[in-house]
Amino acid sequence: MELISKPIHELIGLLETRAISAEELVRQFLDRIDQVEPKLKAFISVDREGAIRAAKAADQARSEGRACSRLAGIPVALKDNICTKGIPTTCASKILEGYMSPYDAYVVERLRSEEMVIIGKTNMDEFAMGTSTENSAFFPTRNPWDLSRVPGGSSGGSAAAVASGEVPAALGSDTGGSIRTPAAYCGVVGLKPSYGLVSRYGLVSYASSLDQIGLLTGDVRDCAIMLRVIAGHDSRDSTSVQTEPVDYEANLDEEVAGMVIGLPKEYYGAGIDPKIMELVLEAARTLEGLGVRVEEVSIPTLDYALAAYYVIAPAEASSNLARYDGVRYGCRYDRATDSVSMFMETRGRGLGLEVKRRIIMGTYVLSAGYYDQYYRKAQQVRTLIRRDFERVLQHCDALITPTTPTIAFKLGEKTEDPLSMYMSDVCTVAANLVGIPAISLPCGMHEGCPVGVQLMGRKFDEARLLRIAYAYEQASGLQMKKAPVA
Amino acid sequence: MALEDYEIVIGLEVHAELKTESKIFCGCSTRFGDRPNSHVCPVCLGMPGVLPVLNKKALEYAILAGLALNCEIAEWTRFDRKQYFYPDLPKAYQISQLDYPICYRGFVEIPVDERLGTGVRRVGITRVHLEEEAGKSVHSGTSLLDSTYSLEDYNRSGIPLIEIVTEPDLRSPVEARRFLETLKLLLEYTGVSDCKMEEGSLRCDANVSLRPKGETGFGVRCEIKNMNSFKAVETAIQREAERQAELLDAGQAVVPETRGWDETLGSTVFMRSKESSSDYRYFPDPDLVPIVVERDLVERLRGLLPEMPQQRRRRYVEELRIPEYDAVLISGSRPLADYFESVLAVYDGPAKVVANWIMGEFLRLINQRKIEIREAKISPERFAALLKLIDKGQISASAAKEVLEEAFDTGEDPNDIVERRALKQISDQDELAAIVDKVIEANPRAVEDIRSGNHKAIGFVVGQVMRETRGQANPKVVNQLIRERLGL
Repeated sequence: MELISKPIHELIGLLETRAISAEELVRQFLDRIDQVEPKLKAFISVDREGAIRAAKAADQARSEGRACSRLAGIPVALKDNICTKGIPTTCASKILEGYMSPYDAYVVERLRSEEMVIIGKTNMDEFAMGTSTENSAFFPTRNPWDLSRVPGGSSGGSAAAVASGEVPAALGSDTGGSIRTPAAYCGVVGLKPSYGLVSRYGLVSYASSLDQIGLLTGDVRDCAIMLRVIAGHDSRDSTSVQTEPVDYEANLDEEVAGMVIGLPKEYYGAGIDPKIMELVLEAARTLEGLGVRVEEVSIPTLDYALAAYYVIAPAEASSNLARYDGVRYGCRYDRATDSVSMFMETRGRGLGLEVKRRIIMGTYVLSAGYYDQYYRKAQQVRTLIRRDFERVLQHCDALITPTTPTIAFKLGEKTEDPLSMYMSDVCTVAANLVGIPAISLPCGMHEGCPVGVQLMGRKFDEARLLRIAYAYEQASGLQMKKAPVA
Repeated sequence: MALEDYEIVIGLEVHAELKTESKIFCGCSTRFGDRPNSHVCPVCLGMPGVLPVLNKKALEYAILAGLALNCEIAEWTRFDRKQYFYPDLPKAYQISQLDYPICYRGFVEIPVDERLGTGVRRVGITRVHLEEEAGKSVHSGTSLLDSTYSLEDYNRSGIPLIEIVTEPDLRSPVEARRFLETLKLLLEYTGVSDCKMEEGSLRCDANVSLRPKGETGFGVRCEIKNMNSFKAVETAIQREAERQAELLDAGQAVVPETRGWDETLGSTVFMRSKESSSDYRYFPDPDLVPIVVERDLVERLRGLLPEMPQQRRRRYVEELRIPEYDAVLISGSRPLADYFESVLAVYDGPAKVVANWIMGEFLRLINQRKIEIREAKISPERFAALLKLIDKGQISASAAKEVLEEAFDTGEDPNDIVERRALKQISDQDELAAIVDKVIEANPRAVEDIRSGNHKAIGFVVGQVMRETRGQANPKVVNQLIRERLGL
């Protein structure tokens, strides 16, 4: 039986009835990895032995009739900025090449307690800084629908792996769109949960006030199943929120009729590919067909979101990445003759161009004399944007927008033009600044490439957001097939 | 002008480690003196992906310190990152507080330097804020810059620290020392810090400037670092003031700079210019949420504040009726005062007796053995038992000193020591009468001397009885018996 194109919610049944074994399942995914990986390059590490061992353990538990999680034996991949014991955590950076974390991230503990199989670590833009996965210090990942194009970023490896059937679900991280953009480019479902819903403990920080771990899955139901696994309070993350556990899957197919969905006019302006605009408006009409009221709304401060983001994120990054000094772990330039040159050479050689660019920008905006002008101002703007979103979301159950202004671009197309690369985050950064959940869903194809529609919801109301997403997915009939990787 | 014609203006910045069991942002132990890097974890090593979680105890201790220093406690506070590269700073930033310190606007009162006037000097406390310690570097050379290698111990990394900043209210080196002594006493009393300058759990920097007497504006100040005792603080400020006075007298300007105290040179030396000072690029730490300090918590903590040294001193004089001198000395150390009161609680004789023994023999042994009061093995109960033995006339004062010394070192019950070493004083009339009679019989000449009016010879007879009893006889009783027997 061909298993790699099946969603998790089907695999659960096959495992539970013992129609298939976890080992068989994992081997099929490993075979698929062997088959497509030379072209795709979605993984930095594949833990073949560990995966088979975990699969066998799940099979044994089931054959002995021991109580085990229904997800036991289902493979999952992790973005390489999520700390794992026993598998390197590199953040796609030379400075952490071969780095072994002494502990598991909170989300990894959760996956292990569900007895899921961690199949490997996926490629990304170095330290999650980028929109194309070209900033990986090791190699770029390709878009499985068109190998000449980027998969999006920074969770490009995770999105490409799910889209191509290398793994049924993957974890990513989203600081300004790093889950949703690759989800849109690769034609999968990508969820950035509310800030504080999923513990960041063990996620290597890029911008602490914006980072959030989330999911890349084949469909909305899988997303709901996986969110229940990774959400929850963790006392080791002070920004993790105390919430009641929610069974996101339980009410997925409830009616959405009567709900109100806002169409923020600021998202439909210049710079958005007209074809994408058309597909997103079609998605809105599909929802209208389900009895949802679609209303035009306005978020006047949205124009400033990208600028605020590119002040706040680099500022926090410049601080978070200062620890990579070669003293305690990671790569060290060991031919230095004194400590200061050891710091400088280690960082100068170990960090990539885009990372250094953001560290320099962040250092600048926090410097004496510039702090008020940039960092404080950006935080004030952030407050205004948050108020605008809170205002419209009082009235609306969700907002509908494009996920990206264009389809996946060609490799190398934007590497020389960082500003145009930054512009591709224009639709996604606001959800991070505000802390609300946002999901990208496939809504059609354009020039042979997937297009994504973004839904943003109320803070900590992922259940409602997923319900709308599921209703749209069912009505549109757009569950994507696995990408051919040709 | 001589230094006397200037007014010295001093403000202090004091760092004190809080003695919580665990570190401020992780669960590692804060114990001092263990093997390097034995109290570390991913959090205090700043490994990728870790996050800080505030130790509530550290916050409470900082609030207690603020209350002891008469501060207002912020209703809302937060942490900021202070950023600089140094190998003992694992995250390359220190979590500290910039704009919203946990405590502010307090004061401490000290006696004014007698050479400047009389009465009490109220020293303003600008702020008390909470932060984390860095690790400790051991360089192969004299500093990071000239070393071929440096060794790092992160046991200290993440120990909670408070920084106390005073207003420029101190007016002499003596006052600076007095302030530190008082501060140490207050923090010790509150139980939040050990304040050991030699272990580095208390550190002090001083800002010093001069102005002609009578002026109200401030002169240019220099910051002095590296002073590792109260005495060093006093001397360093004195030397720095002299240096500045010389410059000013010579018509030269004082340059704002950071200077280090060099004990062997006996002077402060240039470290760095204030103008080249680093930009720490402070910003609010996004990994920690702002803290709303509930008033209930503040009031609960206020209720936990112990009786402060001033109040204790007054109570000792007024209620326990011990002399002012004794009261000052005993209340000058919380462990000593606590010990004193624990003995008093199980002893019904006069407080003055306890005070005498505590200030005399007990402190002598503490100093001689070079130990802390809590390390003395004798419990307050057994201390009281010893005093009771003296009161009942069961041991002599000199025997009591021996017993105390032994109990001090071993913790043994004084009753057992007296028993074992046969030090019990014989006060029983019948038992002693037989011995007295025997001695009188054996020493007819002495008896003759006494009878003929040479009363000094009584001493000889008493001595003989003491010898017979190996010193255990109560000399008062013996003396009385001899007089009775000889009809004096």
